[in-house]
Amino acid sequence: MNLIFYYITGAFYGLGTMSHLAYVVSSRRLFYRIGQGALSAGFVLHTTTLIIRYHEGGYLPLTNLYESVSFFAWGILLVYLVIDYRYGIAVLGAFVSPIVLTLVVIGVALPKRIIPLHPALMSYWLPIHAICAFLGDAVFALTCCVGIMYLIQEHQIKSKKTTGLMRRLPSLEVLDEVNYRSLTVGFPLMTVGIVTGSVWASYAWGSYWSWDPKETWSLVTWILYAVLLHQRLAMGWRGKKVALMAIIGFVSVLFTFLGVNLVLEGLHSYAEWK
Amino acid sequence: MMEIIVVGLSHKSAPVEIRERMCFPDGGVERPLRRILSLPSIREDLILSTCNRFEVYVIAGDIDDGTRDIKDFFSSLHGIPRKELEQFIYAHEGQDAVRHVFRVASSLDSMVVGEPQILGQIKDAFSEASRHGVAGAILSRLFNRAFRVAKRVRTETSIGERAISISFVAVELARKIFQNLEDKAVLLVGAGEMGELAARHLIAHGVSRVTVTNRRVERARELAAMFGGDVLPFDRLPQALGHADIIISSTASRHHVIDYATVNGVIKARKNRSMFFIDIAVPRDVDPRVNSIENVYLYDIDDLRDIADANVKEREKEAHKAEAIVEGEVTKFCRWYSSLETVPTIRLLREKVEAIRRKELNKALSALSGASEKERNVLNAMTSAIVNKILHDPITVLKRSDQDSSGTILADAVKELFRLDDVGPVEKNDGQKTQNRDTGE
Repeated sequence: MNLIFYYITGAFYGLGTMSHLAYVVSSRRLFYRIGQGALSAGFVLHTTTLIIRYHEGGYLPLTNLYESVSFFAWGILLVYLVIDYRYGIAVLGAFVSPIVLTLVVIGVALPKRIIPLHPALMSYWLPIHAICAFLGDAVFALTCCVGIMYLIQEHQIKSKKTTGLMRRLPSLEVLDEVNYRSLTVGFPLMTVGIVTGSVWASYAWGSYWSWDPKETWSLVTWILYAVLLHQRLAMGWRGKKVALMAIIGFVSVLFTFLGVNLVLEGLHSYAEWK
Repeated sequence: MMEIIVVGLSHKSAPVEIRERMCFPDGGVERPLRRILSLPSIREDLILSTCNRFEVYVIAGDIDDGTRDIKDFFSSLHGIPRKELEQFIYAHEGQDAVRHVFRVASSLDSMVVGEPQILGQIKDAFSEASRHGVAGAILSRLFNRAFRVAKRVRTETSIGERAISISFVAVELARKIFQNLEDKAVLLVGAGEMGELAARHLIAHGVSRVTVTNRRVERARELAAMFGGDVLPFDRLPQALGHADIIISSTASRHHVIDYATVNGVIKARKNRSMFFIDIAVPRDVDPRVNSIENVYLYDIDDLRDIADANVKEREKEAHKAEAIVEGEVTKFCRWYSSLETVPTIRLLREKVEAIRRKELNKALSALSGASEKERNVLNAMTSAIVNKILHDPITVLKRSDQDSSGTILADAVKELFRLDDVGPVEKNDGQKTQNRDTGE
């Protein structure tokens, strides 16, 4: 049953993605509205699947890759809806919805079996760690999208090409501001995520830090964003440089999130529990 | 039959000396509206008066009478003889009049295609005419439809969207770099006319901090006073550059007034906050290499003009789309309008013919005093069949003529041929008379 909801959610996101892309191409406001409606409907349904999953499993649905991917997609859409509410950047949907859709489609292909929670994972630190980490990553996903939009718009204005896309993309100032604000939200989230993860690790495995691949790469990612934030605040980095770094940072996030699991083995591996 | 007629003059047909004589002495449009309505053939009217256009829209009982009456009205308005007036005014009727009002409302007939003011002006004209009760059902329908067409054109084409003058292009660019112009500072270097215009537009869009600098202090003071800004001594330009977000430069200098090294230093001091240089001077005031500095955007006059030209071409393309939308709507409207004619005409035709049939049937039946029930039925059926078969083709053609705009012509012809306009009282079987139909002329 829950699976059907998940598929329907995917269908809504698919409709939302196509509508938003149609909006960017044609600039007919109707497509934007359909896209938002579809994404919102999908979001509600998606939230429902998470809640149901929580009840079915008895704990936060974040233990296997499918659940993580689903939650990540949900988190990205949540952050997008917040940014849309606050800034109303219409074309952002066209950049974000494909990511959400891709994640959900990947989730469809993953095994969905609810694995009973290993005793090592039982702790209230788990949900805090997981939620902070995922939401932090979701925020950085948006920062990356905004960074891409910034680079496109900056190139248009610099090279004096005034295509339709330039008119529909928001101003550089807005894009840069969203970049900055999302950093101030995402970075603390990520930091708390790592710290609580460390606390949880000491509880579950006896040591605060084991240089597990995921831990290592999280640290790398954290350092990247710390550098970015520092450069913004202290060195006056602005615009193109921070947009690029936001994209690089998110690549690191993706690797930490997916690449480590798929490529490397370790404590965070979902395949086996030592 | 009601005819839609528009008579008027615009910037396309008459010079301003003639146009300016078409205004109302005390600004009141009520009296002219009523005067027009009092003319014998006029049933509804509306006056549209803008600086570029003076038009009278009417619904008249007869095209020629109506057109002549309105032209006489124009002539008498400020004593311009008819003959002299003829070369300046245009008149459209029927479908052409509908097309005209749709095009005007959609700004396709304006001096600057895509301008937004005309729609508001037409709406005002319509509400005046409604208020004084001179615009009736048909004009209401026509103008409400015109507003919808204008809205369609505005939303489905980008006809009004792009800036086509250099200063507006500059403002548009500024807003793509800086979201909010209100807290931005503009520095105006030099005293060129276009620079002044650009500054004026930026202020109109929210900029409140303006600094003016010029080799000639007097001129700087003049401009600063005009914009409510400050004066900067010209030799302090490099130092003050860092405080400006938007720099408009239009000096007469033969050399670069703002060079690469200066801007490079300034942008660092500004912690990389963006700068937008609008260099409209020829020869250019700002070193072109400045554009390669990150977070600095430099547009010279050719760049701005290229954008403006590209936008004009876009508008022309959009105007084509708009014309297509208008044509479709004209057809739809005319179909509705002519259906007003064919439906009652068909009914009148049927009624008249039925009345004749009954009368003749009764005459025949009373002559055949011994007719049986069966014989009466046969006669009834026969006369009905004859009538229906004869009417079938004309009525089908009339109904189908709704699809093109020949409906009104055919309905008129039918009314004339069958004298449907003056149907007199006819005896029916039970002695009731059919009413003398008033066809609403």
